[in-house]
Amino acid sequence: MALPLVFFGLFFAYPVAAIVGRGLKTDEGWQFGRFAEVLSRPDIADVLWFTTWQAFASTLLTLLIALPAAYVFARFEFPGKQLLRAVVTVPFVLPTVVVGTAFLALLGRGGLLDELVGVRLDTTVWAILLAHVFFNYAVVVRTVGGLWAQLDPRQEEAARVLGAGRFTAWRRVTLPALAPAVAAASLMVFLFTFSSFGVVLILGGPSYSTLEVEVYRQTAQLLDLPTAAVLTMVQFAAIGAILAVHAWTVRKRETALRLVDPGRTTHRPRGWGQRTLLGGVLLTVALLIVLPLGVLVERSFDTPGGYGLGYYRALQDAGAGGGTFLVAPLEAIWNSLQYALAATAIALAVGGLAAAALTRRGGRFVRGFDALLMLPLGVSAVTVGFGFLITLDEPPLDLRTSWILVPLAQALVGVPFVVRTMLPVLRAVDGRLREAAAVLGASPLRAWREVDLPLVRRALLIAAGFAFAVSLGEFGATVFIARADRPTLPVAVARLLGRAGELNYGQAMALSTILMLVCAVSLLLLERLRPDKTSGEF
Amino acid sequence: MSTTKKIAGVALAAALGVTTLSACGDESKDKTAGASDAPKSTTVTLVSHDSFNVTDSVLKEFEQQSGYTVKVLKSGDAGAALNQEILTKGSPRGDVFFGVDNTLLSRALDNGIFTPYEAKGLADVKPEYVLDKEHRVTPIDSGDICVNYDKAYFAEKKIAPPQTLDDLIKPEYKNLLVTENAATSSPGLGFLLASVGKYGEDGWKDYWSKLKANGVEVVDGWEQAYNERFSGSAGGKKAKGDRPLVVSYASSPPVEVLYGEPQPAEAPTGVSTGTCFRQIEFAGLLKGAKNEEGGKALVDFLVSKKFQEDMPLQMFVNPVTKDAALPELFTKHGVVVEKPENVAPETIAKNREQWVKAWTALVVK
Repeated sequence: MALPLVFFGLFFAYPVAAIVGRGLKTDEGWQFGRFAEVLSRPDIADVLWFTTWQAFASTLLTLLIALPAAYVFARFEFPGKQLLRAVVTVPFVLPTVVVGTAFLALLGRGGLLDELVGVRLDTTVWAILLAHVFFNYAVVVRTVGGLWAQLDPRQEEAARVLGAGRFTAWRRVTLPALAPAVAAASLMVFLFTFSSFGVVLILGGPSYSTLEVEVYRQTAQLLDLPTAAVLTMVQFAAIGAILAVHAWTVRKRETALRLVDPGRTTHRPRGWGQRTLLGGVLLTVALLIVLPLGVLVERSFDTPGGYGLGYYRALQDAGAGGGTFLVAPLEAIWNSLQYALAATAIALAVGGLAAAALTRRGGRFVRGFDALLMLPLGVSAVTVGFGFLITLDEPPLDLRTSWILVPLAQALVGVPFVVRTMLPVLRAVDGRLREAAAVLGASPLRAWREVDLPLVRRALLIAAGFAFAVSLGEFGATVFIARADRPTLPVAVARLLGRAGELNYGQAMALSTILMLVCAVSLLLLERLRPDKTSGEF
Repeated sequence: MSTTKKIAGVALAAALGVTTLSACGDESKDKTAGASDAPKSTTVTLVSHDSFNVTDSVLKEFEQQSGYTVKVLKSGDAGAALNQEILTKGSPRGDVFFGVDNTLLSRALDNGIFTPYEAKGLADVKPEYVLDKEHRVTPIDSGDICVNYDKAYFAEKKIAPPQTLDDLIKPEYKNLLVTENAATSSPGLGFLLASVGKYGEDGWKDYWSKLKANGVEVVDGWEQAYNERFSGSAGGKKAKGDRPLVVSYASSPPVEVLYGEPQPAEAPTGVSTGTCFRQIEFAGLLKGAKNEEGGKALVDFLVSKKFQEDMPLQMFVNPVTKDAALPELFTKHGVVVEKPENVAPETIAKNREQWVKAWTALVVK
């Protein structure tokens, strides 16, 4: 408990409090009158309304589209499943600039949809919602699917033997068991879409703005710290409210679950119903995720002289061309991997400890801590980044120009994933199993190794995968604090896109494709890490 | 209970292991820098925005001659980078800041983040660029924000491309222009300021109402405007952009040539020279700099002929010194903007927020 507390205090609460304080405190004391002043502005009211309803809509739509997939990934066995699971996580790491490009190609003027059925969705709210589904699909599939795969299907079967209908059995047995994971996933999707930045900026055009976009504008562009501080506090309050509701629904439902090895719960789809379901999910994934990614890959090969590797070869020369503009892409990949590894390690350590502490479920204080851990997801990178600047400026903590700042900032976003993924599983571990082991003479260490670890390891790896992916793709904080000589892949892509010229555009697409590959391969490796090759679902 | 602690313990051990591991490769670099920091600073740090760029060999030459090692910190776009300096006033991250332009100059000066320093070589700088008589900032480069046009489109339609701001509201250019959000994008703001410069503080709104009636499209950033919507750029062609007019830079056509694949003999895009706003970028010695001597040497370097002649192909801007020669790419494919629109930095500082708000209400909403 101490480490996560110190970590959050030092790298989150303190910087954010400092920057908010800078905005709201003048020589005459605290300016709380600012709240009324800012919140009564009609443009701010518009922003608040849009932020809220689009987040609700995005979350609902994501659940609707991704829950069947979570089931399919949890229970069915089909060729290429592992690869597909990595692929659906790829969007998660892509810089929004790149995704915006892909979506415009599909939904915009002259896009695929336009050519086929004459429908254009760019600058409508549908483009934003669909892009949010695209980004957050993996959150639901991985969080819910991870737990679903470990639920013993025999419990549902037992209910049916006892006379319950298929739906009743599912509703009475499986749904309550899944509820915490579904709630956790919805919460994360809601927080992500509530604080959506890049997607809204690019696909919504300037007429749509979320709270996060507004905070960025007020801080980074206008340096209107009082307004930014008020908006940050509003975002805090909103997230606090959501977390409270979430905590209330989850606490009512959590029970120790009977978790089994996922290898025992999957089977090949049987009958036309299951096959249709599988087909439907595969089609959705193809249209919603593979197609936009495919567009990017296609563009990276589409050189003026026909399809070829021209842009990839140009990437190789870019490093030699001089200038601090671009390091060799190989180096950017290596930078990204190093940062992401460090961030994952920090996130696992902090998140793991926090989840362990939370499992003990002790009182109000711990519940408040639970909420605190989620806050970084809802606070804008620019607020945290600017907070770092004015707080971490004295030795021994003058980290403002240190490389460690990047993984620290990335880990802040990774920790909530680790906690949310680990908690349902940790809480679901039946204490009696442990007791039984102890009664049979196992030492606490042995009991942990034989009972907890096998059940938790999977969640740990899923959590690590998330933290890693988040870190790999994180852009907002990184662009502020990454050192010029060590750009990450997303930063390098953004720099290329910031310049005119065919070669720059092509190289940006090529580098994005590499980013996708690096992410997919890393996730595949991570899932392969499980030592028990014999079990498992693949 | 002890079990959960142990899980945490393992996680922590793993974390520390990996952190140390990944630190290894990096630390070696840091240590050399840190070690040289200790006796008397031989490292000089330049803080700038993401677009800063210099050829390695040019920088190396400066390092060899001066004996300083240059560290570059880039932090976000120009506005964000400057605001970070304002926030860290008195305890700056570096010695010199490069990248404050005339639209933000007053904010920088009012906040007093710079120490006056008259650069060696200031005499070579064209006097019209020296906006601060106290020399808290030194002009480094200039660039023009202008409407670019797709040559092929206008050739095919057999109409002349627009040349002036007045042209853009004519019916033959209806629904052709895409620009950036003045609230979030610097070319967007520049274009708004061009209209303020031309039509005055009272007349620009009227101009924009006409522009809106003539179908101007606003997107958020330069990347989308140029790479997605503009039909003349390479990215725009792939994305099937259908706007043949875009607000970009006077240097964009040369860039299209340089990064063409293969390089075209002629730029596919042109510049409407009567639509331009001139941006001037400055550098200054930061107050509280740890290495003031090094900082001064660095400012001198930025206005030296070597750096000034390196800039055009690195950052696609124009030199500000009299004798710096432009590369052939610029003389051949670039344009000279004779009469850019201009607005005084103090006027911009006083009105910017209000103008942007009025513009947003008028054009976006």
